[in-house]
Amino acid sequence: MLNNIKGFRSFYTKATAFSLAIVFSVFLAVAHEHEHKNDGANTEDTAHAVAEADSNHATHAAGEAQHGEAHGTEKFDAGKMIMEHVADAHDWHLWGHTSIPLPVILYSSRGLAVFSSSKFEHGHADYNGYRLEHGHIVAVNENGSVNDEITASIWDISITKNTASLFISLVIMLLVFISVAKAYTRNPNSAPKGLQAVIEPLVIFVRDDVAKASIGPKYQKFMPFLLTVFFFIFINNLLGLVPVFPGGANLTGNIAITMSLAVFTFVITTINGTKDYWRHIVAMPGVPAWVLVLLTPIEILGVFLRPFVLMVRLFANITAGHIIALSFFSLIFIFGEMSPVAGLGVSVFSLAFTVFMTCMELLVAFLQAYVFTLLSAIYFGSAVEEHHHAEEHH
Amino acid sequence: MELVKPAFGLIFWMFVSFGIILFLLKKFAWKPILEMLDEREKTISDALNSAQKAKEEMAALKAGNEKLLQEARNERDQLLKEARDAKETIINEAKTKANEEANKLLAIARENISNEKMAAITELKNYVATLSIEIAEKVLKQELADANKQKELVQSLLKDTKLN
Repeated sequence: MLNNIKGFRSFYTKATAFSLAIVFSVFLAVAHEHEHKNDGANTEDTAHAVAEADSNHATHAAGEAQHGEAHGTEKFDAGKMIMEHVADAHDWHLWGHTSIPLPVILYSSRGLAVFSSSKFEHGHADYNGYRLEHGHIVAVNENGSVNDEITASIWDISITKNTASLFISLVIMLLVFISVAKAYTRNPNSAPKGLQAVIEPLVIFVRDDVAKASIGPKYQKFMPFLLTVFFFIFINNLLGLVPVFPGGANLTGNIAITMSLAVFTFVITTINGTKDYWRHIVAMPGVPAWVLVLLTPIEILGVFLRPFVLMVRLFANITAGHIIALSFFSLIFIFGEMSPVAGLGVSVFSLAFTVFMTCMELLVAFLQAYVFTLLSAIYFGSAVEEHHHAEEHH
Repeated sequence: MELVKPAFGLIFWMFVSFGIILFLLKKFAWKPILEMLDEREKTISDALNSAQKAKEEMAALKAGNEKLLQEARNERDQLLKEARDAKETIINEAKTKANEEANKLLAIARENISNEKMAAITELKNYVATLSIEIAEKVLKQELADANKQKELVQSLLKDTKLN
């Protein structure tokens, strides 16, 4: 037993070190890729079958691989592949050459432009004076050169893959929770059934263990936001783990989304802040003036730091999970390039680890939703808290 | 790096759609769900409370019943004892009375008997006397019917009679 644990521990340590090394090398590769800005997603197609069998990352990888084929070019670039799959895109890649084109909506000094992203032909064609360059839309002149002035004026509110995924997840939420609410109003005071029985423990968990515990008696006001955020993050984390459409977008691992959520938390905290809350920030009662000189800037910084940390934590956790899972897949291709046998051998190991990582990600999916909700609740709690005997506390 | 640069479009759509969803869910989902949960919890706690109360009442009732039963039992025992005592007394009294009555009757009977006896004896005496006289009369009549016999009797009588 002890030996087993020891064995597992050393195995785990090695595996962790190994995976860290891989992630590091991926980042290096990305940096490298950025320097050179070389176009072309390139890989050989030996491991297509293996890759297609598994997660969305693999599906994407296979797609990329086929892209590479189309180019007829050289090496598999793990960093590029991974970054393309944790980042946003203007079309929703399904498999092989098949992808769903999404609407491009641009407003620039040229005016409003709305068209399908299929017009870009995956970056191979200009359309309407715009060009898709490394996932970004830039304005081009008649002669094909990039027009920096107009590019700077572009407001890109295209429905990207993440935006589409956002809409899908929100529609799922609407359908699920309104139907659950209907179930409640239809059969009041009866035991929960079906979907209701799945949702109810989570709702009660958020209410009792998050809101009531952190905010106190005024928790009711914040319940709608806390519940919405909890389920939004949880559902999107889970959707991110689903390899095929409508899952697969890395929504909660997108900094724009986590930033928006953090801003919501920040705004709600700020507008609900009591006099006490602000007094504790600007001039902590019971603290000597010379300490305040030091403390007040820290407190004020803390006000902004809190949502910032919320944003980074969710983004980093989810993105890291995706990157690690993708890294294990890249191993297949990297070793497959050396020899097909090595690729096959590594695929067993990679698959096992990806399964393990996916299980971890299931835990993380819940954990991060919980942590974000809990911290938001704690911030709301500090905003509405009443210090009756503030002096005694300090 | 690309990853940590928030895209404007996504932020825009996120704010718009998340805001709408927050409003819709708040109105159509969370409000009814939370209300119903509260209501159900209240119902359950009320039901539990009333069950507890009923249990206590039952226990009190049971204790009361037990007490009543005990009292009834005691009372019954008391009544039985009293009845038994009364029975004894009545029987004893009856016995005494019966004895007395019997004795009285016996005494009367005895007196009557003695009275009757005396009367009978008296009557018998009288009758015997009368009968004797009649017999004597008849005997005398018969004996003295014959002159000789009369002389004989007188003779005998005279013979017995000593002349002092």
